[in-house]
Amino acid sequence: MKEYFGNIYSALATIFIGMKITFKHMFVPSVTIQYPEVRPQLPERERNRLYVNMDDCIGCDQCARACPVNCIIIETVKSVPGEDLGKTSNGKKKALWIPTFTIDFAKCCYCQLCVFPCPTDCIYMTDVYEFSEWDRDNLIYEFATLTPLERQEKRDNLAKFNAEKEAEKLKAASDPKPEIKKDKPEEK
Amino acid sequence: MIYDFLVNLFGNSAVADIIAGIIQSLLPLFVFILPFALFAVYLERKVSAHMQDRLGPMRTGWHGWKQTIADILKLLQKEDIVARDNDKMLFNLAPIIVFSGSYAAFAAIPFTSIFIGTEMDLGIFYIVAVSGIVVAGILMAGWASNNKYSLLGSMRSVAQIVSYEIPTMLVVLSLIMISGSMSLHTLSEQQTGYAWNWYIFGGPGSHLSKFLLIPFMFVGFLIIYISTLAEVNRTPFDIPEAESELVSGYHTEYSGMKFAMFFLAEYANMFAVSAIVVALFLGGYQSPIGYLGNLIGAKWMIPIEQFSWFTIKGIFFVFVQMWLRWTLPRLRVDQLMAVCWKYLIPIAFVNLIIIGLITLL
Repeated sequence: MKEYFGNIYSALATIFIGMKITFKHMFVPSVTIQYPEVRPQLPERERNRLYVNMDDCIGCDQCARACPVNCIIIETVKSVPGEDLGKTSNGKKKALWIPTFTIDFAKCCYCQLCVFPCPTDCIYMTDVYEFSEWDRDNLIYEFATLTPLERQEKRDNLAKFNAEKEAEKLKAASDPKPEIKKDKPEEK
Repeated sequence: MIYDFLVNLFGNSAVADIIAGIIQSLLPLFVFILPFALFAVYLERKVSAHMQDRLGPMRTGWHGWKQTIADILKLLQKEDIVARDNDKMLFNLAPIIVFSGSYAAFAAIPFTSIFIGTEMDLGIFYIVAVSGIVVAGILMAGWASNNKYSLLGSMRSVAQIVSYEIPTMLVVLSLIMISGSMSLHTLSEQQTGYAWNWYIFGGPGSHLSKFLLIPFMFVGFLIIYISTLAEVNRTPFDIPEAESELVSGYHTEYSGMKFAMFFLAEYANMFAVSAIVVALFLGGYQSPIGYLGNLIGAKWMIPIEQFSWFTIKGIFFVFVQMWLRWTLPRLRVDQLMAVCWKYLIPIAFVNLIIIGLITLL
C-alpha cells in the first residue's frame, strides 16, 4: 500500500519536475545558428579550400608528393638559359615554368599535408568552405597563371633548346669546336 | 442558434433545412478544424524546437509561419501510393473512417452558447461512443496495409484506446452524477459565472458538498487528462506509432492526402479531447472573469468572447499535451497497461464512489 502511493507520488512529482525543466528551456536562447545570415566563427587553424600563390611557387612538386590522395597535379617545364623567372618572396630563384598546377577538390581530403613541405609557403588553407558545384569537373581548380598559348610556347622552347643541345652535342662529338648560338630574345 | 438563423436565411422550407444542415455541419471543419490543425502543427514544431533550444521552422515567412501551409500543399501534390498487396477497399476506407470518427465528435462540442453542432441531450455519451469508430478505422488501416509494423501499431493502438476508455468513462460518470446531465451545453451553462463555479472547483453553489468535492475533482481531472492523452496516442502513450520501433505505426504505408487525413484526425482529436476536458471541468466556453459584452451592454459580443475563451482553454490543453510530449519518454507496453489497470481505474472507481457519496449530502 505504501509502495502504491509512493509510486503515484513519485510519478507525479517527477513529471512536474520534468515539465518545469522543459518549460525553462523554452526561454533559453536557442543554440541554432541561422547559417547563411549568421556564420560561425571558424577556429584559427581551420582546414578548408587550398590556395596556391603562383608568384611564389617554384614547382618543386613536394606538395604533390605529400598528397595522400594524389589530388595535386603539377607539370613543370625547365626554363631555357636566359629566361628570367623572377624570385619568390623569400628570395629563392625560380627555375621552372609551371604550365599546369591543378588541385581536384573532389578528391582532396583537407589533411593539410601538402602545406608543410612547401619551401616557399605558397600553398595554404583559406577560410573558404562554400564551393559546392553541380558538376564534379568544376571542382578541378587550375592555379597555373600561364595562358595555354604561353604553355605551348614554353614547351616548344624547351624542346627546341634540347634539340639544339642534342645537335650541338652531336656536332661537338664530330667537330670539337665550341660555338655559342643559343641566345634568343628574352621572353616574358 | 446558427441553425435557426440559416434556416430563416434560406426561407423556411425543406430545402432550407438541408442547406442549413450542410452548412452547419461543415462549419467546424472549415472554420475551426483545418485552421486549427495548421496552427497546431506549427505550434508543435515551435514548442518542440524551443524546448530543445532550437528554433524550428524559420525559412518560410516570418518565423516560418507559412511552413504548415507549404506542407499541406506538398501533401496534396504527392502521389497516392497503394501497394500491390494492400487490401484496396479497406486501405482506402480507413483514413475516411478515422477522420469522420474524430470529426463526428465535434458535432456535440459546444463552441459557444449559440453554436453547437447538434444540441443533443446525450452529448458526452455520444462523443465517447462515436470516438470508438476511430478504433475500427485504425485497425482497418493496420490490417489493410499488409505490413507487420502497421498491424502491430494498430493492435497496440486498439488495445490502448479500449483500455483507457474505462477511466475516462468513470470520471465522466462521476461528473454526470454531480451535474445530472449528459449534455455538454447544459454542463457548460451550469458552470456560468466566474471561475469559482467550474466543476474543477466543485461546481456552482456554495454549500458544503462543493468544498468537499474540490480535491476529488482535481483527481478526476488528472485521471481524465491522462487517459484522454492515451486515447489520442500522444507521447508518453505513443506506442502505436513508436518511431523507433514501428516506423510510424498504422499510417506507415499511407502517402499524400490519405496520410494528411490521419494527420488531420490526430490534431482534431487532440483538440476534441482538450475540449471535452474543458467542457467538463473548466467551464466550457464560460469566461472565468465575466464578459466584456455584459459590462458595456453589447450582447452580440458575448458569443465571440465565449468562442475565444473556449479556443484559448482548448489550445492551452493542446499545448500541455505537446509540453508533455517533449518532456516524457515513451512508456513500455506493460507500463502502459499498469498505469491504466493498476492506477487509473482503481483510483477512478474510488473517486466515483466518494463523489457519489458526497452528492448524497
